Amino acid sequence: MNKILAIAQNTFKEAIRDKILYSLILFALLMIGSSLILGMISINIETKVTVDVGLSSMSVIGAVIAVFIGINLVHKEVDKRTLYSILAKPVRRTEFILGKFFGLAFTLFVNLVIMAIGLVLVLAYVKGQAYSRGQVTEIHASLFVAVFLIFLQLLLITGIALVFSSFSTPTLSAMFTLALYFIGQFNADIKHFGVEAGNVAVRMITSGLYYLLPNFGNFNVIAGVSHGKPIAAALVVYDVAYSIVYLAILLSAAAMIFSQRNLK
Amino acid sequence: MIAINIHELTKDYFVGFWRKRRVRALDQLSLTVNEGEIFGFLGPNGAGKTTTLKLLMRLIYPTSGHAEILGKPFDDVAMHAHIGYLPENPYFYDYLTAEEFLAYSGRLFGLSSTRVKSKIDELLQVVDLKDARRLQLRKFSKGMLQRAGIAQALINDPEIIFLDEPMSGLDPIGRREIRDLILGLKREGKTVFFSTHILPDVETLCDRVAIIYKGKLLGCGSLTELLVGDSSAIEMVVSQFNYELQTALRLIATDQNVAGNMLRLTLPDQAALFNALDAVRAHGGQVVHVHPLKESFEDYFVKLFANESISKAP
Ligand SMILES: Nc1ncnc2c1ncn2[C@@H]1O[C@H](COP(=O)(O)OP(=O)(O)O)[C@@H](O)[C@H]1O
Ligand SMILES: [Mg+2]
Repeated sequence: MNKILAIAQNTFKEAIRDKILYSLILFALLMIGSSLILGMISINIETKVTVDVGLSSMSVIGAVIAVFIGINLVHKEVDKRTLYSILAKPVRRTEFILGKFFGLAFTLFVNLVIMAIGLVLVLAYVKGQAYSRGQVTEIHASLFVAVFLIFLQLLLITGIALVFSSFSTPTLSAMFTLALYFIGQFNADIKHFGVEAGNVAVRMITSGLYYLLPNFGNFNVIAGVSHGKPIAAALVVYDVAYSIVYLAILLSAAAMIFSQRNLK
Repeated sequence: MIAINIHELTKDYFVGFWRKRRVRALDQLSLTVNEGEIFGFLGPNGAGKTTTLKLLMRLIYPTSGHAEILGKPFDDVAMHAHIGYLPENPYFYDYLTAEEFLAYSGRLFGLSSTRVKSKIDELLQVVDLKDARRLQLRKFSKGMLQRAGIAQALINDPEIIFLDEPMSGLDPIGRREIRDLILGLKREGKTVFFSTHILPDVETLCDRVAIIYKGKLLGCGSLTELLVGDSSAIEMVVSQFNYELQTALRLIATDQNVAGNMLRLTLPDQAALFNALDAVRAHGGQVVHVHPLKESFEDYFVKLFANESISKAP
């Protein structure tokens, strides 16, 4: 356990000593801030726009960080041979994979917290402006639930990237991970298509794909939240359970593949 | 006690993108290393030294064969807490400082933080990196990286240390330092297994050596055991010689040449030596030195590989 923690901390350390991370966070904060300009154009809907743009930026930039650090997590260490001195020690390959995962998970968590603080500050400003015009707007708790669901989604992306990183090159891993990310956004439509096709074989294949491929549809609550709608507790419970099961499968797969591998 | 026991270890690589070709990098390697000895693993580039070490460190998996280290299977995780490993041309996390890297290494051995701290102080002193303690590894020279690598291999006070080409790419001073370090480890009772393609390293350091070529073990033993050859021949150097002496010696020596005011003779055996000494006494002259000719390790090495390639020729 201590070893996994040590590997996770080292992974986090590497991420925060990389300048690219800061430029991405800065970019996200600028996007969140830019919603102010958009908000001014569209009178009276500042909060809506700010929440929408803010959460979307967090989701997209978070995904970019998860993919681009994730695809390199294992590959870079194999390629640069930093792994040699690590895996010769009493460390299991599974421990290495888990350490890498938790390291990036913590990195993403810190990033989301920073971006969320930026979003809340911008919202507070918008709220102050609205109040001076005699309007009352609120920052709903559902905002933070939405951020949590974004975090779960990023963990799934990290898991997927890690599976590919455990055997493939960064370029291929990025392609596969991004492909699954986009498919995951529309996964529910695949099932619908099967149901509507009526054909039993098609239905079986599409529902098979539905369960096999990641399904991010249930994590996207940004539109609802920006319109001030609450998030159903059942949905959150479902998403948490889904993430745990799917991550367990992804991490087992990554650990299994990596354990078999001959290092270059 | 046997520290390392390698039994018919074999490793095939599959190379080529489309039609994979099998390359046997290591062919049924068997050898044993005793506790407390400095063992040299010698062979030219591509012989299979790194492959052997990577197998023992379970970075790659054998095609067949097995090995025990400290009486445990080589892939026993707990056993790896008692050994240290310096990879070939080590490259470490360049964003870490020397101190952070050693602390990380120590934690992976499950050492307590106080233990790691005192060990870091001690080792930075041993490998002479005290001034570079807070320097990021990206700013390290090759020699410094090599020494940082040795420090991480020693952080757990290992019983056996595996070093893959510890002296490659170092200047004479650096090589000297590592040589002394290895001798120091032996004095502490540790077993050192190191690979090299450089003969003098082995000649001056090792208790025993194994010679490997194209994945096959060619010989294993102490240097004196391996260096057979015509050890009865004797070299003698004479100065202040005159023409008569030179003529007399020509009849006795198998080889003779003059360099400056020195006459260098090769004598086939003891009898020839006595005859030569009589001649020197009779004609006047001064014996500068006499010493038994031993085949140098380099000659042995070259001959070994030459034979090997001839016997392999179609
Ligand atoms: N990952 C690999 N894939 C294919 N061939 C390899 C690989 N690693 C080493 N080899 C081959 O195995 C042989 C032994 O290599 P190596 O163990 O690195 O030799 P040494 O360390 O003695 O110089 C060489 O012929 C080398 O080309
Ligand atoms: Mg090598």
